[in-house]
Amino acid sequence: MMTILEKQIEVLKSEVPQVTDFFSDYGIILDDGGFTLGEYLEQLPEDFYEDIGIDQVTLLENLDGFLNQLNLLQNTEAPKVSEITIIGGHDKTGNPEHVELKLIRGSVTSIVGPTGSGKSRLLADIEWMAQNDTPTGRIIRVNGKKPDPELRFSLEYKLVAQLSQNMNFVMDTKVAEFIAMHAESRMIENAEAIVVDIIAQANLLAGESFTGQTPVTALSGGQSRALMIADTAFLSTSPVVLIDEIENAGIDRKKALSLLVKKEKIVLMATHDPILALMAEQRLIIKNGGIHKIITTTAKEKENLARLEELDNKLMSLRTRLRSGELIEES
Amino acid sequence: MKLITISGPPSSGKTAVLSNVIKSLKAFGLHAGAVKYDCLATEDDAVFRALGIPVQTGLSGNLCPDHYFVSNIEECLKWGFSLNLDVLVSESAGLCNRCSPHIKGVLAVCVIDNLMGVATPKKIGPMLKFADIVVITKGDIVSQAEREVFAFQVRRANAKAKIMHVNGITGQGASELTSLFLNAPDTPKLDGEILRFSMPAALCSYCLGETRIGMEHQLGNIKRIKLKQEQL
Repeated sequence: MMTILEKQIEVLKSEVPQVTDFFSDYGIILDDGGFTLGEYLEQLPEDFYEDIGIDQVTLLENLDGFLNQLNLLQNTEAPKVSEITIIGGHDKTGNPEHVELKLIRGSVTSIVGPTGSGKSRLLADIEWMAQNDTPTGRIIRVNGKKPDPELRFSLEYKLVAQLSQNMNFVMDTKVAEFIAMHAESRMIENAEAIVVDIIAQANLLAGESFTGQTPVTALSGGQSRALMIADTAFLSTSPVVLIDEIENAGIDRKKALSLLVKKEKIVLMATHDPILALMAEQRLIIKNGGIHKIITTTAKEKENLARLEELDNKLMSLRTRLRSGELIEES
Repeated sequence: MKLITISGPPSSGKTAVLSNVIKSLKAFGLHAGAVKYDCLATEDDAVFRALGIPVQTGLSGNLCPDHYFVSNIEECLKWGFSLNLDVLVSESAGLCNRCSPHIKGVLAVCVIDNLMGVATPKKIGPMLKFADIVVITKGDIVSQAEREVFAFQVRRANAKAKIMHVNGITGQGASELTSLFLNAPDTPKLDGEILRFSMPAALCSYCLGETRIGMEHQLGNIKRIKLKQEQL
């Protein structure tokens, strides 16, 4: 920290270009004048700090935090989460939950159960890395070990990314700008390439195509969901992805899942759609706040899945024909 | 007794987050009370009362809500002691973004929501920058990417705070936030304690009720806009 204060502003700006943005957030425009950063901040009058609502000490702490984050994101590989273990607690009435469930990278697990049965609580337990300190008494292990409690608040190591039917884009920006902004927040260097990849992938998932110049708020439901999935697959650091009821999202569900699996996500999917549920290797049945049962998808079910998909394809082709103005008259 | 100050822009979800926290405080068998500071009118006290906890409401009217808060919080603390409360939450709306309601040694929480736009964290002053915990709400209706970008912007404005996502409607995240409240320091008294940062200054003729516009009517602490030379 001290060394950065002794750096000439011009030198600093070329070494760490992000500091310009950091300071402009506080309304501080770093113009050179031959100052070092320390001298520059020192000569700003007291009432300037009063106006911007921060003092020099806190500002430097924030700068330090920002530089640490930058360093963390650029230079260190996030500690790889290869598996998550859920150790059962109890349901809402206190009955013990006899479960020790291991979820590995690249696996798909579906979660079924009526509204209010405790699906969100299960997810919240994973996100919070519960240590018998949530209403369910569950314990979450990461890579077989008790996770560092500080990681609960870490933005870089957030365990769960979430996608649901109710989510929308609200930012006033275009698709390409938006992805670039997300990449920037992750301090990713070759942002342009990622932007292109994500848009291409999202278009494979969505029924109707869109470009980088489309405003995100103008995307249809299906396009939004497709972009959210592709963006999460490529840019989210979270190893776990929860998908909530995307059956009617108007996207290619199979491709969406396989993209997430290819990106080694641990996919959890709350769904009542038989095709999605059977695509998973296993499904959790949630009842009264607890994991009631774990069913491994059987060979027979996989066979049925193929038949369900045939049916689904038939329906899809009818839809396409309807759209193009054909009659559906065959018997 | 633990005093906790909660502030945040209007309609960011402070009351919704707090009611979920109060429910889980009650589940721990703790006695909570609330003070709601507002400007003109509020019905939020009814929300707290429905949870079965004692409530006080303070309306600042034509005074700066921040100044009103700091001149009355001590009295409210005494009220909390008189009821033997375990936790007293003080909720105040940040009506100008230069608000500075946090007190040294008292757990300070700022509530902001994902819908405010990514530029918001930098526009909020001490209320956000000096908070111990920043709660981000309304995450269930925006995309994962927007949540991540928003949280990143919050981190840039406050490097040390714990950043938490809480859903005010479903209560997801509230029991986790409660666990942080339980670790808050006790506040035995406020007399002699210090604000984390100075409050917005006032004291000009308009503070005293002046309504006429013009140089000759401006007295006291007046600040001039710096107009730049712009080409047409």
